[in-house]
Amino acid sequence: MPSSLKHLLFMVVPLVVIFAVLPGVYQNHLLLFNFVIFLILAQGVNIIYGFTGYLPFGYVGFFGAGAYGFAIMVMQYQTPAVLAVIVAGLVGVALGLLLTPLLRLSGAYFAIANLAASLAVLHFVANPALESVTRGPYGVALSGTFDPNMAYAAAVVVMALTLVFVVFLKNSRFGLALQAVREDSVSASMAGVDVVRMRVIAWLASALVAGLAGGVYAWYVSVFYPDNVFSGDFSIFAIVFALFGGVATITGPIIGVIMLYGIYNLIGFTAPQYFQLIYGLLIMGLVLFLPAGLVSLATRRGWHVP
Amino acid sequence: MSPDSKPILNVSKVVKRFGGFYALDGLSFHVVSGEILGLVGPNGSGKTTAINVISGLYAPDGGEIVMDGVSIGGMASHKLVHRGVNRTFQVPKPFMSLTVRQNIEVALAYGRAAVTPPTTEALLDEYRLAEVADRPAADLNNVQQKILDLVRALATRPRLLLLDELAAGLNPTELDWIAERIKALAQTGIAIIVVEHLMGFIEHITDRVIVMNAGKEIFEGKLAVAVQVPQVIEVFLGGEHAA
Ligand SMILES: Nc1ncnc2c1ncn2[C@@H]1O[C@H](COP(=O)(O)OP(=O)(O)OP(=O)(O)O)[C@@H](O)[C@H]1O
Ligand SMILES: [Mg+2]
Repeated sequence: MPSSLKHLLFMVVPLVVIFAVLPGVYQNHLLLFNFVIFLILAQGVNIIYGFTGYLPFGYVGFFGAGAYGFAIMVMQYQTPAVLAVIVAGLVGVALGLLLTPLLRLSGAYFAIANLAASLAVLHFVANPALESVTRGPYGVALSGTFDPNMAYAAAVVVMALTLVFVVFLKNSRFGLALQAVREDSVSASMAGVDVVRMRVIAWLASALVAGLAGGVYAWYVSVFYPDNVFSGDFSIFAIVFALFGGVATITGPIIGVIMLYGIYNLIGFTAPQYFQLIYGLLIMGLVLFLPAGLVSLATRRGWHVP
Repeated sequence: MSPDSKPILNVSKVVKRFGGFYALDGLSFHVVSGEILGLVGPNGSGKTTAINVISGLYAPDGGEIVMDGVSIGGMASHKLVHRGVNRTFQVPKPFMSLTVRQNIEVALAYGRAAVTPPTTEALLDEYRLAEVADRPAADLNNVQQKILDLVRALATRPRLLLLDELAAGLNPTELDWIAERIKALAQTGIAIIVVEHLMGFIEHITDRVIVMNAGKEIFEGKLAVAVQVPQVIEVFLGGEHAA
């Protein structure tokens, strides 16, 4: 059996099935939804960081832009929610295209420029002068499309599509070439790889993923303010989850989200006063002892981690 | 080599500046298919820069680089690779976290070789990397990484191959072996430019040498003749004393 099929059958399908049936047995629907959103965002970070080495500190910019893309379609054009989610993805891609010049930067410069870009988008959207379009700082209320069950289902679909794309990256020459670019762009060009083109494709793919996630998020919550959907927490969490599990793998970001977001919620429920402390210590431990993520426990021993 | 064979590569009066410093200052030479051309000169004379400009890493600031009658100066590296140019690096640059096999597979998949390239297995065997095929390139020693650079280049089926100090650091047995490999490659019709400080090695494998100093050629011809030219002796002795 080709490994891509194995990955689909033994990782993607079970995960999708689990999240499809969980709402029937577990009451906290919002928590499940947030899990799905972070599974999507962590894989989106995986696509751009794991496969190209660009750390998207302003990743939430695409998410927020997607959320507002959804809101504007629904408010101004009364489009059906599913169509508005697709537009949300396209808004993410459009913002990604606008930001492609950032790919000329590298390392911390890219991360900072990307963060600045996400803040710029936030302030653009929250500008009172745009009240007639975005409702500016006053937030949006989308009662017409409110349907948490459908929005949840849409999130699971987006998660499935994202995972399929990551499986493709992990098993294709395209994904291999991306990793080559990440390792050494000069050598990659001497292998015949069009470095600029590859980076732009990965960048737009991860922007699409975040835009779609923002769209389903807007659909689900239906009432939100710019500060909610452009919150830096989304970027930080998605990055930390992906790194904790280990990027450039399919499993790493999944493990990262399940464990860390699980712990996050456990502490939040049981010992909220220690929450920041425990979480901070965990992340420090990760950076100090496992810089390549949990999966490196296995890869160090020479085991292959899909 | 017949004197009337048409050059595959013609470099004429190429200039490359870094700020106000002229790393290449009107460099001219040519190479024909199947020829092994030595590029020698003291440290800092511009040998690596010449390779970098020919392989598209830098655009020239002046002069012309013509391959197969087409001006290729400033063309993107991956396009040059598709046209049949490839190279190795003085400090080897494999994809460190990818396995040796994956390193080769990238070049096989994206090199757009005009002729069917050899298979990964054949390359691994021929270049003595079979045992480490599934290890990350970071685990290889320096010599193996250099060889991997060469194999990656060969996977794209180059017609013009630029080797930057491939032999430095090899032991005598490895030197003999790589010398034979390079000669065999030239026999298949590849034009090969060899940058090297080891004169014995240059003497052994090249048909002709270009001696460079301060970004331009100061001699062109047989190495045996070069070592008798006062200007060449001066440059090399001067270079050694300075170093
Ligand atoms: N990217 C760069 N920026 C600035 N100066 C450079 C750059 N690359 C090369 N140089 C300078 O250009 C000159 C020629 O360098 P080059 O590496 O081509 O020499 P070389 O002949 O390959 O020397 P070696 O035998 O030591 O490898 C040197 O003075 C070097 O410092
Ligand atoms: Mg050099």
